[in-house]
Amino acid sequence: MALMRVTSPHAHGPLSTARVMQTVLLACIPGVAALTWFFGYGTLVNIAWACLVGLASEAIALKLRRRPMGMYLKDYSALVTATLLAIAMPAYAPWWLILVGVSFSIIIAKHLYGGLGYNPFNPAMVGYVVLLISFPVEMTSWAAPRGVNAIEVPGLLDAVKLCFVPGSVDAVTMATPLDLLKQNKTLAVDALWQQNPQFGRWAGVGWEWASLGFLAGGLWMLYRRIYTWHAPVAMLASLTLMAALFDDGGAARSTGSPLFHLLSGGTMFGAFFIITDPVSSAVSNLGRLVFGALIGVLVFLIRSFGNYPDAVAFAVLIMNFAAPFIDYYTQPRTYGHRQGGTASRKGAP
Amino acid sequence: MRKIWDFHGGIHPPENKHQSLTQPIRRAGIPAELVLPLNQHIGAPAEPIVEIGQKVLKGECVARPAGFISVPVHAPTSGTVTAVEERQVAHPSGLATECIVITSDLEDRWVEHAGIPDWTSADKATLLACIRDAGIAGMGGAGFPTAVKLGVNPRGGSIDTLVLNGTECEPYITADHVLMRERAEEVVAGTRILQKLVEPKETLLGVEDNKPDAIEALRRACEGTDMDVVVFPTKYPSGGEKQLIEILTGRQVPSGGLPADIGVVCQNMGTAVAVYRAVVHGEPLISRITTVTGEAVAQPGNFDVLLGTPMSFLLELSGFSADRLQRLVMGGPMMGFTIPDAAVPVVKTTNCILAPTEKELPPPPPAQPCIRCGLCAEACPASLLPQQLYWFSRGKEYEKLEAHNLFDCIECGACSYACPSNIPLVQYYRASKAEVTQLKRDQAKSEHSKTRFEARQERLQREAEEKEAQRRARKEAAEARARQAAEAGSAEQDPIQAAIERAQAKKAAAQEGEETPQRPAVAQLDPAQLAIERAKAARAVSADQSPAEKARANLERLQERLAKSEAKLTASREQGAEATIIDALEAAIEKLRPKLEVAQQEVDALGDEAQPKPAPAAEEKDAAQLAIERAQAARAATADQSPGEKAQANLERLRQRLAKSEAKLAASREEGADDSIIDALEAAIEKLRPKLEAAQREVEELKAGQEA
Repeated sequence: MALMRVTSPHAHGPLSTARVMQTVLLACIPGVAALTWFFGYGTLVNIAWACLVGLASEAIALKLRRRPMGMYLKDYSALVTATLLAIAMPAYAPWWLILVGVSFSIIIAKHLYGGLGYNPFNPAMVGYVVLLISFPVEMTSWAAPRGVNAIEVPGLLDAVKLCFVPGSVDAVTMATPLDLLKQNKTLAVDALWQQNPQFGRWAGVGWEWASLGFLAGGLWMLYRRIYTWHAPVAMLASLTLMAALFDDGGAARSTGSPLFHLLSGGTMFGAFFIITDPVSSAVSNLGRLVFGALIGVLVFLIRSFGNYPDAVAFAVLIMNFAAPFIDYYTQPRTYGHRQGGTASRKGAP
Repeated sequence: MRKIWDFHGGIHPPENKHQSLTQPIRRAGIPAELVLPLNQHIGAPAEPIVEIGQKVLKGECVARPAGFISVPVHAPTSGTVTAVEERQVAHPSGLATECIVITSDLEDRWVEHAGIPDWTSADKATLLACIRDAGIAGMGGAGFPTAVKLGVNPRGGSIDTLVLNGTECEPYITADHVLMRERAEEVVAGTRILQKLVEPKETLLGVEDNKPDAIEALRRACEGTDMDVVVFPTKYPSGGEKQLIEILTGRQVPSGGLPADIGVVCQNMGTAVAVYRAVVHGEPLISRITTVTGEAVAQPGNFDVLLGTPMSFLLELSGFSADRLQRLVMGGPMMGFTIPDAAVPVVKTTNCILAPTEKELPPPPPAQPCIRCGLCAEACPASLLPQQLYWFSRGKEYEKLEAHNLFDCIECGACSYACPSNIPLVQYYRASKAEVTQLKRDQAKSEHSKTRFEARQERLQREAEEKEAQRRARKEAAEARARQAAEAGSAEQDPIQAAIERAQAKKAAAQEGEETPQRPAVAQLDPAQLAIERAKAARAVSADQSPAEKARANLERLQERLAKSEAKLTASREQGAEATIIDALEAAIEKLRPKLEVAQQEVDALGDEAQPKPAPAAEEKDAAQLAIERAQAARAATADQSPGEKAQANLERLRQRLAKSEAKLAASREEGADDSIIDALEAAIEKLRPKLEAAQREVEELKAGQEA
């Protein structure tokens, strides 16, 4: 009787990497649904095309690196990267923009660093920043939301056309609320709100609902224990605090209310889908608190005093740099030890 | 309701306990053959005290403890000892160990035994001896000798809490569960004995809330005692000693420490029952309760089984289908280890035999890359960062592993269970722990060697300095003497003064530890004749040897010396001689080596020339001849001189030689020549001195004779 010899543990939990990635994809649904409702099918077309490019890039990279294709393609990680980048990009982005961004994310930002688990930077955000710097016009042409100035959003066919034959259909673009606020130098906030109907109720028509959608998806992932609450809560809390500190009550120089910051732009999406990427974030719970809090601060600073209206991608990349440093100083207290702290201080006794 | 605490992390794997809980405890019966490993506990293996063919009775001691941390082994039933040999046992290594094999006679006759029914009035030492003699070792899994744990508190301090561990947090296992359910009175009776030994302020019986019937039974049995049954939520691994202590007391056992350090002693429920049976009934530990479960057995359940029973015997009783079995695990699915063969015996720590099907516990899928999701850190009951440890383990970064407290890992397997990438994390930690331990051992060894080397260097330096100081003293003395001798030679000195000086010189020479060579009279009479004889002797020796032969003889001599020295060195090492002796021998061998090499080279060089050339031999001969001729010429030159003149000439010559040698010595010193050269010159001067003195004496004597 040949009995199997393996070491303990013999039992294994039900969770797998593929399951984690699937959960992230499913959690995107409410936010994407809101985006689709308010801005049309552009985001969905983006996602579909990005996923194709993502899988192809992954396959090419795996082939070049002589890695088992089947196992890695089935882990859904490329789909997650592609989907997150597609969501972050303006709806109705031209096909080549997505091609460049997604393939850069997968091949350069992920596989050149060693593939899944080895990338120091969030691949989707690397792709996003590369596109933002290289193609600023395309990357800041946001579609106008449904219902503002009686605008009708393009249908599915028009969306596909817009993607693959740019300029073939007339599409209305419009500055985002974050843009407007940034460029505003003279109007008080109330007046600005009244002049520009796209500000909506709290933080922009469409944007506020999409943000709430991503918040819902994030809460669901928290419930499923895909990640811990530390990084998102810290980021939202520090962003709120910063906004509250600098908000001077609606004057022309106002940097926006805390609620505006929380629900506009990529705040919620970033807090629950980007900074929670485990590979490129800090590892301990305390480390994730620091990581998230500093991202919140950076997002506010760049939005309010930097050159770009939104800042999640830059803030995340900067903090990706700092993650190993944070890890070094935030080792948890091990059972039976008096203190946690830095890895070196407690070296050999 | 007592306050309870929680510990960090933990997981909730499917419990799978109900399968083996439907039946009451069954008696397994007596197998035909029992195999008793001598090492069923932590510590030194017991020593067999029976012979092959010897009849033994049930409960008879068959192996006695070897040392303090060791326990005896007893015959679980009556029968005959048929072998004392190496057998496969249940151990993660899969290695065979020494076992006593007993063929049972199925009569199950007890040896005469009696407990201490009145144990309450017995003293602690008696009780501890009783527990030790009964062969009781912790039955929860580790198997640490119970009497040692109860008897010694290595760091002093009082114990305030006695914890009885009835957690049994591993899935599948129900041995303690049914024990508490069916033998709660024995648990409590055993605990009372433990209380007497430990004298705690409070006694806590910790049970997870997934065992309501056991809790009920324990509570009933505890009525009227000062024991507290504490129930807490089910979570793996709350049965780990450290975790249980934190749950019950809120205190953490310091890293590297023992529960006793925070005033806690923790014992397993099964151990308490074994203590009760040993103390009250005088029955040694010869049976235990073992769960047999898993989908490969038809009737899972718990057995009261004799130690040494082959696992296959229990599997048969449970309706086991071998074709469905894929691995056999002793212990639970989280921390148990696989067994190579179902024939291995049940031992004191066998709480469960798990026979899963492939579907039940599928083989581990291939590991995927770590995505640093941190689920392992969430699961870790020791608050470690398993994924960091994993990276360091792969990178063999031992310092970082230690800085991240690798050795606080209890190998519970929660991280591996939680890992979505199927990485066998615990396996990495086990390997790294072994590597770090080995590395430390090596470091300690090299540290020891370094200390020894430094001590040796220091000693050699000290010796060199002493030698140098002696040399300087010698040199000063020699210079002073040379000056005086020169004065004595030129100016006619007072004979008394000369005598004093001679005495002083002799004394100095004696102090230097060098005997003044006693020259034979002939040397004083005729040094030239002596030289002739020496040269002749040398010629006689060397004349009949070719240079190759000579070199070979030399080589052989050196080799002999080296072999002798080496033999001496090994002998001294074995005898554990002093380090200085060993060092000295080592140094001697080191010195011989280059000499040997030189000799070898010489032999090789000479061997290259197929035939020893006559020329060098002739030269050699010539050299000897030349010396003879020189000596003869010298003799001839002095032949026509009067003895007084001859003596005078001799004295002059010696003085010249001395002066020359001294000049050379001074020059060499200034030039900073090799120590060896200076030493040689000094030795030469030292040799010249007595000669000079002898010559001086001769001249004086001859002068005195003339005057007379």
